[in-house]
Amino acid sequence: MIKVLKKAGCTVHYNAEQTCCGQPAYNAGYWDECRSVAEKFVRDFSENEYIVAPSGSCIGFVRNYYGKVLENNGHEKEMHHQQLPVYEFTEFLTTVLNVEDLGAEFKASAVYHDACGALRECGIKDAPRKLLRHVKGLQLIEAPDCEVCCGFGGTFAVKFEPISIGMGEQKVLNAIEMGAEYIISTDLSCLLHLDGYIRKHKLALKTIHIADVLSATLA
Amino acid sequence: MHEQEKIFQEESRIKATDLEHRRKINYSLMQSDIAFQKGKNVFPGLESARKRAKNIKWETIEHLNKYLLEFEKKFTERGGKVIWAENPQQALDAVLQICKQKQAKSVVKSKSMVTEEIHLNPFLSRHGIEVVETDLGEYIQQLSGEAPYHMVAPSMHKSREEVALLFHEKLNAPPGLAPEELTLFTRQLLRQKYVEADIGITGVNFLLADIGAVAVTENEGNARLCTSFPKTHIAITGIEKILPSVSDLALFWPLLATHGSGQQVTVYNTIFSGAKKENEPDGPEDMYVILLDNGRTNILADVTARESLFCIRCGACLNVCPVFKNIGGHTYKATYGGPIGSVITPYLSGLKSYKHLSYASSLCGACTQVCPVHINLHELLLYNRNKSVKAHFGSRSEKLGWLLWKKACLSRAMMNMTNGRIKNFMIKLLFRKSWGDNRSLPDFAPKTFNELWKATGQ
Repeated sequence: MIKVLKKAGCTVHYNAEQTCCGQPAYNAGYWDECRSVAEKFVRDFSENEYIVAPSGSCIGFVRNYYGKVLENNGHEKEMHHQQLPVYEFTEFLTTVLNVEDLGAEFKASAVYHDACGALRECGIKDAPRKLLRHVKGLQLIEAPDCEVCCGFGGTFAVKFEPISIGMGEQKVLNAIEMGAEYIISTDLSCLLHLDGYIRKHKLALKTIHIADVLSATLA
Repeated sequence: MHEQEKIFQEESRIKATDLEHRRKINYSLMQSDIAFQKGKNVFPGLESARKRAKNIKWETIEHLNKYLLEFEKKFTERGGKVIWAENPQQALDAVLQICKQKQAKSVVKSKSMVTEEIHLNPFLSRHGIEVVETDLGEYIQQLSGEAPYHMVAPSMHKSREEVALLFHEKLNAPPGLAPEELTLFTRQLLRQKYVEADIGITGVNFLLADIGAVAVTENEGNARLCTSFPKTHIAITGIEKILPSVSDLALFWPLLATHGSGQQVTVYNTIFSGAKKENEPDGPEDMYVILLDNGRTNILADVTARESLFCIRCGACLNVCPVFKNIGGHTYKATYGGPIGSVITPYLSGLKSYKHLSYASSLCGACTQVCPVHINLHELLLYNRNKSVKAHFGSRSEKLGWLLWKKACLSRAMMNMTNGRIKNFMIKLLFRKSWGDNRSLPDFAPKTFNELWKATGQ
């Protein structure tokens, strides 16, 4: 992601003190624990012009839930969470930088998986496709189930493992049936789960994050 | 782990790995989706229709007392009888009392999820009253001795061959009947039941406050027959089904039809405003409406969860839910399955026993995206999770886990104490079992991004 952002002309800063946006605890129902971590997030990123993450899930959480998480925290004035300029990586490239062709090359056939956080929390549908269409050598296949959840869902993956596997299995088998060599997505959590299934069953399919596709031929 | 959750875990494993079940449900729900995608085009601006519907339901639920009383007044003025039931027992007792008063031996019923909620059929059978479901899907379920699988399509999990076999075994129908033949066979059989029945019981799709009437939506004409032949009509409904005005149906009928079955409007839509009047040739002599609470006021009392009372029971959230697709409708062990069921069941039947339903979701948000009255279903699941934590229903180890997580996330220095090797070890230690046999555990890179950044000084 850093390589791509630099290629697109950005100066990239990284606050080495950052940790997490707090979503895991919120989703588990532990909203107080989440709040402390979200407050730290706001402190860590309050100085930045743009905040970019390679994850629609994290961005969607900060954008759509911080209002709720941080309400009545007693020092809202200092929080400014609503003004946090957070962007998912592909959204940032296409809507802020107005870049679609990064001169990338990736020789493979692939399906794109709409991660739920990117698609439904951030409304990202075209951005990754625009970027991928400009990748030389990449044959992008539109899967009928591209918007169906992969089954990761955070703690859901371990609390309800058989359902999570059932969902992931169908995603993987459908991708293979479509003739894909790769599943590309904006979100690592989906890919981590799908990759686990693929490796365990030694299937002829790989997962790759869209930032890695776009930076494959960058030094 | 609570007993209900244990059952859910066991059954969801069976269903999620049953490939034949998966094939049937995927096929069936794909048909629903095709129909919905086509049907929704009836709305030039679906989004504004959904917002308007939400606003109407919001206003109605905020003034539920006012609208219910208005309904009661108008309906009673025309000779109808309204019965308020706080819980299933009161509703059942009311039905039984009417049956006794009318010396009823048999009842025909059209589709109603509320009667499933109060387990009306077994109750009436125990009191020697024959009950016959007349919606074909419900009739199939009744013959199988199963609860409805889906609130709109009760027997969607059965193939045509299975239904033909069931009819052969239970009703001595000729073996291997085609769907059309099965329908004709059932029609002949049910016609007799309509004529003989003393009482017809229906559900309600919408209560209409301004005219004091009940609107029923169906595709088979069976609800009309249930309310034409028998001398008594009982309509049973949850109190949330109310709309301010009959003119709201212009929006809600097509909204329900498109989201429920992909139709622009369903085949039969009937407004019942009471028993027959003196100068009218036919219709029931008595009409009762039973208004059931059964936990709905618990939802009403909760400002955040309240919007789940907007639900019009179209079933669209079930159709798009990947969890429903993988575990099917019976695994929930609740009257209402799918996302809306997972949201409301804890309020109807207890959070402690049904909190697991709120966690049994990948939070993909497909339900929220499709809901015709804009219920934020996946956010309400999150809300229920928080309620469960606040009520201390979480385990001690879970609580400790999140405390440690918080500590680690508040200190980068603490987080940096682990490298790839330690992370791999920890992940193995914590998740080897729950991650299961079907996935390899992730393999962390030896150096974190944080380390790489610092090392290269970028």
